[in-house]
Amino acid sequence: MIVANTAVLIGTIMGVSLGADLAWVWEKVLQATWETLYMVAISTGLSYVFGLPLGVILVTTGEGHILENKGFNRILGAFINAVRSIPFIIFLILVIPFTRLLVGTSIGTVASMVPLTLAAIPFVARMVETSLKEIDWGLIEAALSMGANAWQVITKVLLPEARASIVLGVAITTINLVGYSAMAGIVGGGGLGTLAYYYGYQRYEDLVMWVTVIVLIAFVQCVQMAGDKWAAKITNQRR
Amino acid sequence: MIEISNLTKVYHTLHQDIVALEDVNLSVKRGEIFGIIGLSGAGKSTLIRCINMLEKPTRGTIAVDGQDISSLNKRELRLARQKIGMIFQQFNLLSSRTVFDNVMFPLEIANTPLPQARQRVSELLELVGIADKARIYPDQLSGGQKQRVGIARALANDPKLLLSDEATSALDPDTTRSILKLLKDINSQLDLTILLITHDMNVIKQICDRVAVISESRIVEVGDVISIFSNPGTPTSQSFIRAIVQKDAPDEYIESLINRHRDQYSCLVRVSFIGASAGEPVISAMIKQHGIDANILYGNIDRVKDVPFGHLTLELIGDQAAVDQSMGFLRSNGLEVEVIS
Repeated sequence: MIVANTAVLIGTIMGVSLGADLAWVWEKVLQATWETLYMVAISTGLSYVFGLPLGVILVTTGEGHILENKGFNRILGAFINAVRSIPFIIFLILVIPFTRLLVGTSIGTVASMVPLTLAAIPFVARMVETSLKEIDWGLIEAALSMGANAWQVITKVLLPEARASIVLGVAITTINLVGYSAMAGIVGGGGLGTLAYYYGYQRYEDLVMWVTVIVLIAFVQCVQMAGDKWAAKITNQRR
Repeated sequence: MIEISNLTKVYHTLHQDIVALEDVNLSVKRGEIFGIIGLSGAGKSTLIRCINMLEKPTRGTIAVDGQDISSLNKRELRLARQKIGMIFQQFNLLSSRTVFDNVMFPLEIANTPLPQARQRVSELLELVGIADKARIYPDQLSGGQKQRVGIARALANDPKLLLSDEATSALDPDTTRSILKLLKDINSQLDLTILLITHDMNVIKQICDRVAVISESRIVEVGDVISIFSNPGTPTSQSFIRAIVQKDAPDEYIESLINRHRDQYSCLVRVSFIGASAGEPVISAMIKQHGIDANILYGNIDRVKDVPFGHLTLELIGDQAAVDQSMGFLRSNGLEVEVIS
């Protein structure tokens, strides 16, 4: 409701005639917001299903680490860099055949989740890597000195110790995916991106454009705030 | 308990090989507290990490309790490590776990059944004196309390050997004393062998039975703490001991005294004593028997583990013959006498 009221306010300031338009815009925006939320949430979740283990592997196979394997580590790192260096808008088109294979179409919210997830996996892997590398080596050494195996080091030391930092990474990934989802929207991915593009850009509906922008700003703020709060809660619990 | 033979550790870097340990031979007896002292970079940290294979030796063998640690496979090594406790300078407690769960950690690793593990953790927290802190997180503890948790954790799986990696180096002197006392207590209560590394001779002095001095990757001296204190054989041990034991009055002071009694014969001597003779009135007996004067210029008495140990700088004034006889008298009473001038 706050969003709608803000829209009225902004609209009034900009001198846009509202009235009957508003109900229609509101319905469209609500629908698109839901699609975006759904797309981003599922993609973020899936990207962590694959990205988290990948990040763990990336760290632990590194030089001097518990599962050191320099060759494998170098190849994995290069592969992740390669995927990350492709701009998302190109990546989106590049994976269309795979998307079709997987979900039968390349249009719509479900189809968008494929490139979103695939693009986010290497990003998540790097985020997780950064979080895990913050952990003092002394803690790992202490666990090894007690006779811990690699799995125990990962599940009892690395991941729990990095929890707050990983949570902040989830917020950053989610926000990134909001941006990516808008790009996916331009090629028919659905959500706020599609709405803004069709109505705002192609049909010069300023109101739709502005409401979309406001929803996006509100959404990103909320995600970041939730991430910060959650991470702070984890850290404070330990103090 | 520990037999180290011909241990060499070389780090290969891109441009050069760095020798961290060279041909180290060392034997630590069951039940003793053995100290290794050296400056930073001397190789002591590498040495202690070789004992539980956190560092792989380049050459040589290490046997712990008769088992050749260096030849074990991964699984065997993990089991062996469960029986070797280790404590650290930076404590290395998990900030994501409470004190209780930190001590629980090694028991989880060893797959100890939960009720039994809980019982064990409670006992250990009691033993190290922090049972009231079980439910809080390490961030809320002082350094000394953290090290107590570290010690409880290291003892969880009933080790035969405890490795201490500069465990008191991050603590203030009072806390250091209380942690050392705790180590000494568990050493005798649990019949636990302790191998510690330190750069602080006070630690050696307070709790060690024997000490090895490491310098530039080599063990340069090994012996009973008391004999190294009274007679350090290498420049490294001498400098460590000088850092904590003031043997003499300041040089300027001694110089100002030389030739002060021109009218009478006098002699400046340094007397060292160890053990029992520290308690006897040898100096006053000397004065009475030989009819000389003794001017005490400087004195210092200390304890090494439980043995008194000290130095006196004396000016002996009187007949030349009487002074010489007095020195003989001191020597015959088991004191070491060194003439300064």
